[in-house]
Amino acid sequence: MISPADLVQIPLDDWVNSFVRDFLVPNFRPFFRAMQTPVTAVLGWLDAFFHWLPMLVFTAGLTLIAWRTAGRGVAIFTLVALVFIDMIGLWSETMTTLSMIITSVLFCAIIGIPLGIWSARSDRVLFVVRPILDIMQTIPSFVYLVPIVMLFGVGMVPGIIATIIFALPPIIRLTNLGIRNVRADLIEAAEAFGSTRWQMLWEVQFPLALRTIMAGLNQTLMLALSMVVIAALIGAGGLGLTVYTGLGRLNVGAATAGGIGIVLLAIILDRITQSLGEKNAVRSPSLWQTLRSMMALGKSGDEEKAGKAA
Amino acid sequence: MKPKLRVENVYKIFGDHPEQALEGLKQDKSKIEIFEETGQTVGVQDVSFDVREGEIFVVMGLSGSGKSTLVRTLNGLIPPTYGKILLDEDDVASCSAERLRKVRREKITMVFQHFALFPHKTVADNAAYGLKIKGEGAASRRKKALAALEQVGLAAYADSYPGELSGGMQQRVGLARGLATDPQVLLMDEPFGALDPLIRREMQEELLHLQKKLKKTIIFITHDLNEALLLGDKIAIMKDGRFVQVGTAQEIVDNPADDYVAAFVGDIDRGRVFDAAHVAERPITVELGEKGAAEKALELMEEHNRNALYVVDRDRIAGLVTYQELAVAAREEGRTDLSEVLVTDVPTVARETPLNELYGAASAGYPIAVADKRGRLSGVIETEAVFSQLSGEDNDAATAATNDAELSAKEGERQ
Ligand SMILES: Nc1ncnc2c1ncn2[C@@H]1O[C@H](COP(=O)(O)OP(=O)(O)OP(=O)(O)O)[C@@H](O)[C@H]1O
Ligand SMILES: [Mg+2]
Repeated sequence: MISPADLVQIPLDDWVNSFVRDFLVPNFRPFFRAMQTPVTAVLGWLDAFFHWLPMLVFTAGLTLIAWRTAGRGVAIFTLVALVFIDMIGLWSETMTTLSMIITSVLFCAIIGIPLGIWSARSDRVLFVVRPILDIMQTIPSFVYLVPIVMLFGVGMVPGIIATIIFALPPIIRLTNLGIRNVRADLIEAAEAFGSTRWQMLWEVQFPLALRTIMAGLNQTLMLALSMVVIAALIGAGGLGLTVYTGLGRLNVGAATAGGIGIVLLAIILDRITQSLGEKNAVRSPSLWQTLRSMMALGKSGDEEKAGKAA
Repeated sequence: MKPKLRVENVYKIFGDHPEQALEGLKQDKSKIEIFEETGQTVGVQDVSFDVREGEIFVVMGLSGSGKSTLVRTLNGLIPPTYGKILLDEDDVASCSAERLRKVRREKITMVFQHFALFPHKTVADNAAYGLKIKGEGAASRRKKALAALEQVGLAAYADSYPGELSGGMQQRVGLARGLATDPQVLLMDEPFGALDPLIRREMQEELLHLQKKLKKTIIFITHDLNEALLLGDKIAIMKDGRFVQVGTAQEIVDNPADDYVAAFVGDIDRGRVFDAAHVAERPITVELGEKGAAEKALELMEEHNRNALYVVDRDRIAGLVTYQELAVAAREEGRTDLSEVLVTDVPTVARETPLNELYGAASAGYPIAVADKRGRLSGVIETEAVFSQLSGEDNDAATAATNDAELSAKEGERQ
């Protein structure tokens, strides 16, 4: 059989190789290195902090946060899960993973929210951004591990950069969506009172999009957690590394323990961030407010009666 | 007086080729033809009007007639395709974005059909929105917002959220938000359209009540002619983007410009539109102390074919005499003193009393006296005139009578 390959062969792999090796790496390596610095700084600080924080203090703190945001059930779950993680001997790994995740999500938010806002306000920006996001979401994460290693080397920070790239799309998409979905009549009202673009964003669009943005943040967080093991391939530590080495040595026990640690952490963070988003949307009036409005109702009723009598 | 707002030949054409639509309009094509031929939608065509300070100008029209489009051109939410919109000295249609923002912050605000309150802000913060945008401090903002809420009777709900209020209350908040910055011009796009009839009546009354104090210049949009007639100092009837008639309520009801307007006017409550002055006739009177007053009164009644006549005592309305009693008294008893037969308990109404409040006065069976502000007799209403005006018959006679009454009223004021 004759095939097109007999006529022309395209050495795509060579082209990419030479593009990355001979062009990107020598010319831009310092630039990429410089990009690492803020990530390194934040990660270093967080990692040190979480390792310094005594286990009991951390557990108490997170349980309290879970209780205030997501209710008693999640708080109890958090408490039990953290104690369990400590008991299976993975506390330090969990803290490493947590600081990686927080760093990734923080940078995703810093990059993603403004980009989402920008693409919500300009169709042209969205036109450019959307296909890039599509590509980012369809490329398997393994594919960009190699160029990342070549540009950034191996270690924690390259692992986080891979995580950021992987977890970025949802926050951009949902920020864009949230802002575009703010009711047109509210935008019109804000405009009719003479709002500038910034005032419009700050007073109306952003607060009303916050729920959707939080949903995006939640998705980003979950994607970041799913990258934990893959990031370990290029030298990131933490629970991902436990799983990865367990796999390599066919140590089912260690791999399972690491996996459970990741799942528990994921559930806790998921519940807390989800309820953060919901809190923002449905504002349940406090007891005090309800009482007050009831008093007000009674009062205005009385006034009406008085008015009629007169 | 210079108008507060002057709109000159405003067109709004939706689409990329407005000149094609304009060409079509020149050839007298209809909105639908133009859309079919060119794909351009004519929103507003060649609208001009003036609104004086403190006036309520109502634009009335059916759905799709271009009311919302027109009112949004007035504060630049929709830039007109052609034409000028002069608010004092600023042309809203062509001024810079910066200037337009300033105008919106300081001079002109809007109340929306579906309230458009910010669900994430409290009632007070909603009311204070315009002030915040202007950069006012938190304390003075709150004070002014509460004052505005007080005006609409909602100060008690300052710290609730809009979602916790009923529709009528939400629209009051919308009104408070519009009033809080103390604008000179208030645009209201079907503000009561989403409310049920009862609340709607209540809000209309309240707006009129507020307007007495505030004296804003208001552009009010509605598709309800009764609402238009109740609120409007001047009313424009809009159809397919153009004004088919502009006038006072009475002008429109009395002389509809075309069949379209006539069809609307057909089933409105005429008793609310017309007032006493409208059907009053120039009074024919005798002076109480006059010599030979009785004979003169009889003669006048015969001459004008009346059976009752008002008697005045210099400026005051002394009462009335009926032909029957006066004739009996004069011919059989030979007495010529009017005061013997004077009926002093006469039905008296003010010039601006609506016709549907005249039934009581009319039931006495006497002609009704119309008194001006100083209590002087400015006209007399024969009871039949009330009913013929209410039924919409005999317009010409009624109009003639009005002119007479107006004339005498003016003369009265000059004296
Ligand atoms: N953004 C737009 N693009 C295209 N056509 C529009 C746009 N806005 C309004 N129109 C058209 O302009 C015309 C007038 O619409 P407008 O909303 O002003 O009517 P309206 O009198 O306010 O009606 P309603 O009583 O239903 O609110 C309609 O034919 C409508 O289809
Ligand atoms: Mg409308």
